[in-house]
Amino acid sequence: MNLMTAEKLDPMEQRKQIIASRNRMLGLVLAGLAVLFFAITIAKLV
Amino acid sequence: MTTATAQPIPLPADWRDFWSLTKPRVMSLVIFTGLCGMLAAPVPVNPVLGFVAILCIAVGAGGSAALNQWWEADLDAKMKRTASRPLPAGRMEPGSARDFGVILSAGSVMVMGLAVGWLAAVILAFSIFYYAVIYTIWLKPRTPQNIVIGGGAGAFPPMIGWIAATGDITLMPVLLFAIIFFWTPPHFWALALFVETDYAAAGIPMMPVVAGHKSTRRQILIYAVLMLPIAMAPFWLGVAGWLYGASALLLTAVFLLLSLRVAVFRGEAGDMDMRPEKRLFGYSVLYLFVLFAALVADRFLIG
Repeated sequence: MNLMTAEKLDPMEQRKQIIASRNRMLGLVLAGLAVLFFAITIAKLV
Repeated sequence: MTTATAQPIPLPADWRDFWSLTKPRVMSLVIFTGLCGMLAAPVPVNPVLGFVAILCIAVGAGGSAALNQWWEADLDAKMKRTASRPLPAGRMEPGSARDFGVILSAGSVMVMGLAVGWLAAVILAFSIFYYAVIYTIWLKPRTPQNIVIGGGAGAFPPMIGWIAATGDITLMPVLLFAIIFFWTPPHFWALALFVETDYAAAGIPMMPVVAGHKSTRRQILIYAVLMLPIAMAPFWLGVAGWLYGASALLLTAVFLLLSLRVAVFRGEAGDMDMRPEKRLFGYSVLYLFVLFAALVADRFLIG
Protein backbone atom coordinates (compact mmCIF):
# COMPACT_ATOMS: atom_id res chain seq x y z
CA MET A 1 0.00 0.00 0.00
CA ASN A 2 1.61 3.23 -1.05
CA LEU A 3 1.75 6.54 0.79
CA MET A 4 -0.27 8.37 -1.86
CA THR A 5 -3.25 6.07 -1.36
CA ALA A 6 -2.97 6.35 2.41
CA GLU A 7 -3.06 10.14 2.18
CA LYS A 8 -5.97 10.29 -0.23
CA LEU A 9 -8.37 7.90 1.51
CA ASP A 10 -9.74 8.13 5.01
CA PRO A 11 -9.03 5.02 7.15
CA MET A 12 -12.58 3.65 7.03
CA GLU A 13 -12.67 3.92 3.26
CA GLN A 14 -9.25 2.32 3.03
CA ARG A 15 -10.39 -0.49 5.34
CA LYS A 16 -13.46 -1.13 3.17
CA GLN A 17 -11.31 -1.27 0.03
CA ILE A 18 -8.85 -3.74 1.56
CA ILE A 19 -11.64 -6.02 2.80
CA ALA A 20 -13.42 -5.83 -0.57
CA SER A 21 -10.24 -6.76 -2.47
CA ARG A 22 -9.58 -9.62 0.00
CA ASN A 23 -13.12 -10.92 -0.49
CA ARG A 24 -12.75 -10.78 -4.27
CA MET A 25 -9.48 -12.71 -4.05
CA LEU A 26 -11.01 -15.30 -1.70
CA GLY A 27 -13.91 -15.71 -4.10
CA LEU A 28 -11.51 -16.30 -6.98
CA VAL A 29 -9.56 -18.88 -4.96
CA LEU A 30 -12.74 -20.74 -3.96
CA ALA A 31 -14.01 -20.70 -7.55
CA GLY A 32 -10.61 -22.00 -8.68
CA LEU A 33 -10.79 -24.80 -6.12
CA ALA A 34 -14.29 -25.76 -7.27
CA VAL A 35 -13.08 -26.00 -10.88
CA LEU A 36 -10.02 -27.94 -9.74
CA PHE A 37 -12.09 -30.49 -7.80
CA PHE A 38 -14.36 -31.03 -10.82
CA ALA A 39 -11.27 -31.53 -13.00
CA ILE A 40 -9.75 -33.98 -10.48
CA THR A 41 -12.99 -35.98 -10.37
CA ILE A 42 -13.15 -36.21 -14.16
CA ALA A 43 -9.43 -37.11 -14.38
CA LYS A 44 -9.94 -39.89 -11.81
CA LEU A 45 -12.95 -41.25 -13.70
CA VAL A 46 -11.12 -41.45 -17.04
CA MET B 1 -15.61 6.55 24.13
CA THR B 2 -15.87 9.35 21.57
CA THR B 3 -14.64 9.23 18.00
CA ALA B 4 -12.31 12.15 18.73
CA THR B 5 -10.33 10.22 21.36
CA ALA B 6 -10.63 6.72 19.85
CA GLN B 7 -7.45 4.96 18.79
CA PRO B 8 -7.27 4.42 15.02
CA ILE B 9 -8.34 0.90 14.12
CA PRO B 10 -5.38 -0.91 12.48
CA LEU B 11 -5.95 -1.70 8.83
CA PRO B 12 -6.50 -5.36 7.99
CA ALA B 13 -3.81 -7.19 6.02
CA ASP B 14 -4.13 -6.89 2.27
CA TRP B 15 -4.28 -10.05 0.12
CA ARG B 16 -0.87 -9.06 -1.23
CA ASP B 17 0.52 -9.45 2.29
CA PHE B 18 -0.80 -13.02 2.44
CA TRP B 19 0.69 -13.64 -0.99
CA SER B 20 4.10 -12.32 0.11
CA LEU B 21 3.97 -14.64 3.17
CA THR B 22 4.28 -17.57 0.77
CA LYS B 23 7.68 -16.31 -0.49
CA PRO B 24 6.69 -16.37 -4.19
CA ARG B 25 10.28 -16.17 -5.48
CA VAL B 26 11.32 -19.26 -3.52
CA MET B 27 8.11 -20.91 -4.67
CA SER B 28 9.08 -20.41 -8.32
CA LEU B 29 12.22 -22.51 -7.78
CA VAL B 30 10.17 -25.12 -5.89
CA ILE B 31 7.65 -25.31 -8.74
CA PHE B 32 10.41 -25.62 -11.32
CA THR B 33 12.34 -28.39 -9.52
CA GLY B 34 9.11 -30.23 -8.65
CA LEU B 35 7.98 -30.06 -12.27
CA CYS B 36 11.38 -31.27 -13.49
CA GLY B 37 11.26 -34.21 -11.06
CA MET B 38 7.84 -35.13 -12.42
CA LEU B 39 8.76 -34.71 -16.10
CA ALA B 40 12.01 -36.64 -15.68
CA ALA B 41 10.08 -39.67 -14.41
CA PRO B 42 9.82 -42.44 -16.99
CA VAL B 43 6.01 -42.65 -16.89
CA PRO B 44 3.29 -40.51 -18.51
CA VAL B 45 1.37 -38.32 -16.08
CA ASN B 46 -2.25 -37.26 -16.40
CA PRO B 47 -1.96 -33.50 -17.05
CA VAL B 48 -4.69 -32.61 -14.53
CA LEU B 49 -3.21 -34.77 -11.77
CA GLY B 50 0.28 -33.52 -12.66
CA PHE B 51 -0.94 -29.94 -12.33
CA VAL B 52 -2.56 -30.78 -8.98
CA ALA B 53 0.67 -32.37 -7.71
CA ILE B 54 2.73 -29.29 -8.63
CA LEU B 55 0.08 -27.00 -7.17
CA CYS B 56 0.15 -28.98 -3.90
CA ILE B 57 3.97 -28.82 -3.78
CA ALA B 58 3.81 -25.04 -4.33
CA VAL B 59 1.02 -24.47 -1.79
CA GLY B 60 2.79 -26.68 0.76
CA ALA B 61 5.98 -24.64 0.27
CA GLY B 62 3.92 -21.45 0.67
CA GLY B 63 2.35 -22.78 3.87
CA SER B 64 5.71 -23.69 5.40
CA ALA B 65 7.07 -20.25 4.38
CA ALA B 66 4.15 -18.56 6.17
CA LEU B 67 4.81 -20.65 9.30
CA ASN B 68 8.51 -19.74 9.04
CA GLN B 69 7.69 -16.02 8.94
CA TRP B 70 5.19 -16.35 11.80
CA TRP B 71 7.87 -17.96 13.99
CA GLU B 72 10.68 -15.61 12.94
CA ALA B 73 8.81 -12.27 13.01
CA ASP B 74 11.06 -10.93 15.81
CA LEU B 75 14.25 -11.93 13.97
CA ASP B 76 12.95 -10.55 10.65
CA ALA B 77 12.40 -7.17 12.30
CA LYS B 78 16.13 -6.96 13.06
CA MET B 79 17.28 -7.52 9.47
CA LYS B 80 17.09 -4.90 6.72
CA ARG B 81 16.35 -7.55 4.09
CA THR B 82 13.27 -8.84 5.96
CA ALA B 83 12.07 -5.88 8.05
CA SER B 84 9.42 -4.90 5.50
CA ARG B 85 7.71 -8.31 5.56
CA PRO B 86 4.03 -8.17 6.67
CA LEU B 87 4.59 -9.36 10.27
CA PRO B 88 7.65 -7.29 11.31
CA ALA B 89 6.16 -4.26 9.51
CA GLY B 90 2.98 -4.63 11.59
CA ARG B 91 0.64 -5.06 8.62
CA MET B 92 -0.63 -8.44 9.82
CA GLU B 93 -1.61 -10.14 13.08
CA PRO B 94 0.72 -13.07 13.96
CA GLY B 95 -2.28 -15.38 14.42
CA SER B 96 -3.46 -14.69 10.86
CA ALA B 97 -0.06 -15.71 9.45
CA ARG B 98 -0.01 -18.88 11.60
CA ASP B 99 -3.56 -19.89 10.59
CA PHE B 100 -2.83 -19.13 6.94
CA GLY B 101 0.28 -21.34 7.09
CA VAL B 102 -1.56 -24.20 8.80
CA ILE B 103 -4.48 -24.07 6.33
CA LEU B 104 -2.19 -24.05 3.28
CA SER B 105 -0.02 -26.86 4.69
CA ALA B 106 -2.90 -29.13 5.74
CA GLY B 107 -4.89 -28.39 2.57
CA SER B 108 -1.99 -29.16 0.24
CA VAL B 109 -1.27 -32.49 1.97
CA MET B 110 -4.94 -33.56 1.95
CA VAL B 111 -5.47 -32.71 -1.73
CA MET B 112 -2.17 -34.38 -2.68
CA GLY B 113 -3.21 -37.54 -0.82
CA LEU B 114 -6.75 -37.70 -2.19
CA ALA B 115 -5.99 -36.70 -5.78
CA VAL B 116 -2.45 -37.91 -6.46
CA GLY B 117 -1.28 -40.46 -3.89
CA TRP B 118 -0.59 -40.87 -0.21
CA LEU B 119 3.14 -41.60 -0.55
CA ALA B 120 3.65 -38.20 -2.22
CA ALA B 121 1.38 -36.64 0.43
CA VAL B 122 3.38 -38.15 3.31
CA ILE B 123 6.67 -36.90 1.84
CA LEU B 124 5.08 -33.46 1.28
CA ALA B 125 3.87 -33.40 4.91
CA PHE B 126 7.34 -34.37 6.11
CA SER B 127 8.97 -31.66 3.97
CA ILE B 128 6.66 -29.02 5.52
CA PHE B 129 7.44 -30.32 9.03
CA TYR B 130 11.15 -30.40 8.15
CA TYR B 131 11.18 -26.74 7.07
CA ALA B 132 8.78 -25.27 9.63
CA VAL B 133 9.92 -27.24 12.69
CA ILE B 134 13.28 -28.98 12.18
CA TYR B 135 14.89 -26.08 10.29
CA THR B 136 13.07 -22.93 11.46
CA ILE B 137 12.42 -23.72 15.12
CA TRP B 138 15.15 -26.19 15.99
CA LEU B 139 18.27 -25.84 13.82
CA LYS B 140 18.39 -22.27 12.53
CA PRO B 141 18.80 -20.53 15.91
CA ARG B 142 21.12 -23.21 17.33
CA THR B 143 23.81 -24.33 14.92
CA PRO B 144 25.90 -22.93 12.06
CA GLN B 145 25.15 -26.24 10.31
CA ASN B 146 21.52 -25.04 10.00
CA ILE B 147 21.81 -24.55 6.26
CA VAL B 148 23.44 -27.95 5.68
CA ILE B 149 20.68 -29.94 7.36
CA GLY B 150 17.95 -27.42 6.56
CA GLY B 151 18.86 -27.70 2.89
CA GLY B 152 16.93 -30.95 2.94
CA ALA B 153 13.69 -28.95 3.04
CA GLY B 154 14.38 -27.42 -0.36
CA ALA B 155 15.53 -30.77 -1.73
CA PHE B 156 12.16 -32.48 -1.40
CA PRO B 157 10.18 -30.92 -4.34
CA PRO B 158 11.82 -32.87 -7.22
CA MET B 159 11.56 -36.04 -5.13
CA ILE B 160 7.85 -35.40 -4.52
CA GLY B 161 7.35 -34.60 -8.23
CA TRP B 162 8.93 -37.93 -9.20
CA ILE B 163 6.95 -39.88 -6.57
CA ALA B 164 3.70 -38.16 -7.65
CA ALA B 165 4.35 -39.47 -11.18
CA THR B 166 5.55 -42.98 -10.35
CA GLY B 167 4.08 -43.67 -6.90
CA ASP B 168 7.44 -45.13 -5.90
CA ILE B 169 10.79 -44.12 -4.39
CA THR B 170 13.73 -45.28 -6.51
CA LEU B 171 17.38 -44.25 -6.90
CA MET B 172 16.69 -41.24 -9.16
CA PRO B 173 14.50 -39.20 -6.77
CA VAL B 174 17.10 -39.78 -4.06
CA LEU B 175 19.79 -38.43 -6.42
CA LEU B 176 17.63 -35.39 -7.24
CA PHE B 177 17.27 -34.82 -3.50
CA ALA B 178 21.05 -35.13 -3.05
CA ILE B 179 21.79 -32.61 -5.83
CA ILE B 180 19.78 -29.84 -4.11
CA PHE B 181 20.93 -30.92 -0.64
CA PHE B 182 24.62 -30.46 -1.54
CA TRP B 183 23.95 -27.39 -3.70
CA THR B 184 22.29 -25.47 -0.84
CA PRO B 185 25.30 -24.75 1.44
CA PRO B 186 27.54 -23.09 -1.20
CA HIS B 187 24.50 -21.23 -2.59
CA PHE B 188 23.38 -19.90 0.77
CA TRP B 189 26.81 -19.29 2.31
CA ALA B 190 27.79 -17.19 -0.73
CA LEU B 191 24.77 -15.01 0.12
CA ALA B 192 25.58 -15.08 3.85
CA LEU B 193 29.12 -13.81 3.13
CA PHE B 194 27.85 -10.55 1.67
CA VAL B 195 24.86 -10.04 4.00
CA GLU B 196 26.70 -11.26 7.11
CA THR B 197 26.09 -8.06 9.10
CA ASP B 198 22.33 -8.63 8.84
CA TYR B 199 22.52 -12.16 10.27
CA ALA B 200 24.89 -11.05 13.03
CA ALA B 201 22.44 -8.28 14.02
CA ALA B 202 19.65 -10.86 14.34
CA GLY B 203 21.86 -13.28 16.29
CA ILE B 204 21.42 -16.09 13.76
CA PRO B 205 24.46 -18.39 13.87
CA MET B 206 25.18 -18.43 10.16
CA MET B 207 28.51 -19.99 9.23
CA PRO B 208 30.35 -16.69 8.43
CA VAL B 209 29.17 -15.24 11.77
CA VAL B 210 30.27 -18.22 13.87
CA ALA B 211 33.18 -19.85 12.03
CA GLY B 212 34.50 -16.80 10.15
CA HIS B 213 35.05 -16.08 6.50
CA LYS B 214 38.07 -18.31 5.96
CA SER B 215 36.33 -21.43 7.20
CA THR B 216 33.11 -20.60 5.29
CA ARG B 217 35.02 -20.09 2.05
CA ARG B 218 36.83 -23.42 2.54
CA GLN B 219 33.54 -25.22 3.20
CA ILE B 220 31.95 -23.66 0.10
CA LEU B 221 34.77 -25.19 -1.93
CA ILE B 222 34.37 -28.60 -0.24
CA TYR B 223 30.65 -28.72 -1.09
CA ALA B 224 31.36 -27.56 -4.65
CA VAL B 225 33.85 -30.43 -5.04
CA LEU B 226 31.24 -32.87 -3.70
CA MET B 227 28.74 -31.49 -6.23
CA LEU B 228 30.72 -32.95 -9.11
CA PRO B 229 30.19 -36.69 -8.36
CA ILE B 230 26.66 -36.06 -7.12
CA ALA B 231 25.58 -34.09 -10.20
CA MET B 232 27.27 -36.66 -12.46
CA ALA B 233 25.82 -39.69 -10.65
CA PRO B 234 22.58 -39.91 -12.71
CA PHE B 235 24.74 -40.15 -15.87
CA TRP B 236 27.33 -42.53 -14.39
CA LEU B 237 24.60 -44.83 -13.05
CA GLY B 238 22.82 -44.84 -16.41
CA VAL B 239 19.59 -43.19 -15.25
CA ALA B 240 20.24 -40.10 -17.42
CA GLY B 241 21.75 -39.78 -20.91
CA TRP B 242 24.71 -37.98 -22.47
CA LEU B 243 22.89 -34.65 -22.82
CA TYR B 244 22.43 -34.47 -19.06
CA GLY B 245 25.95 -35.82 -18.44
CA ALA B 246 27.64 -33.22 -20.67
CA SER B 247 25.52 -30.39 -19.21
CA ALA B 248 26.20 -31.48 -15.63
CA LEU B 249 29.94 -31.72 -16.27
CA LEU B 250 30.16 -28.26 -17.85
CA LEU B 251 27.84 -26.54 -15.38
CA THR B 252 29.54 -28.08 -12.33
CA ALA B 253 33.01 -27.26 -13.66
CA VAL B 254 32.00 -23.56 -13.78
CA PHE B 255 30.42 -23.90 -10.31
CA LEU B 256 33.70 -25.32 -9.03
CA LEU B 257 35.72 -22.56 -10.66
CA LEU B 258 33.56 -19.80 -9.15
CA SER B 259 33.72 -21.52 -5.74
CA LEU B 260 37.50 -21.70 -6.02
CA ARG B 261 37.60 -17.93 -6.61
CA VAL B 262 35.46 -17.43 -3.49
CA ALA B 263 37.78 -19.76 -1.54
CA VAL B 264 40.91 -17.76 -2.40
CA PHE B 265 39.24 -14.32 -2.14
CA ARG B 266 39.83 -12.36 1.08
CA GLY B 267 37.03 -9.75 1.08
CA GLU B 268 35.10 -8.97 4.24
CA ALA B 269 31.35 -8.44 4.68
CA GLY B 270 30.41 -4.85 3.92
CA ASP B 271 33.14 -4.51 1.30
CA MET B 272 31.80 -2.85 -1.80
CA ASP B 273 33.64 -5.41 -3.86
CA MET B 274 32.32 -8.85 -2.96
CA ARG B 275 32.08 -9.81 -6.60
CA PRO B 276 33.21 -13.47 -6.36
CA GLU B 277 30.55 -14.20 -3.70
CA LYS B 278 27.82 -12.33 -5.59
CA ARG B 279 28.81 -14.04 -8.82
CA LEU B 280 28.72 -17.50 -7.20
CA PHE B 281 25.32 -16.78 -5.63
CA GLY B 282 23.86 -15.59 -8.95
CA TYR B 283 25.39 -18.49 -10.87
CA SER B 284 24.21 -21.08 -8.34
CA VAL B 285 20.56 -20.17 -9.05
CA LEU B 286 21.17 -20.41 -12.81
CA TYR B 287 23.07 -23.68 -12.27
CA LEU B 288 20.12 -25.41 -10.66
CA PHE B 289 17.64 -24.18 -13.28
CA VAL B 290 19.82 -25.28 -16.21
CA LEU B 291 20.82 -28.62 -14.62
CA PHE B 292 17.21 -29.63 -14.03
CA ALA B 293 16.16 -28.33 -17.44
CA ALA B 294 18.93 -30.48 -18.96
CA LEU B 295 17.57 -33.52 -17.10
CA VAL B 296 14.11 -32.99 -18.60
CA ALA B 297 15.51 -32.24 -22.06
CA ASP B 298 17.59 -35.42 -21.84
CA ARG B 299 14.50 -37.46 -20.94
CA PHE B 300 12.45 -36.10 -23.87
CA LEU B 301 15.19 -35.75 -26.53
CA ILE B 302 17.44 -38.71 -25.75
CA GLY B 303 14.93 -40.94 -23.91
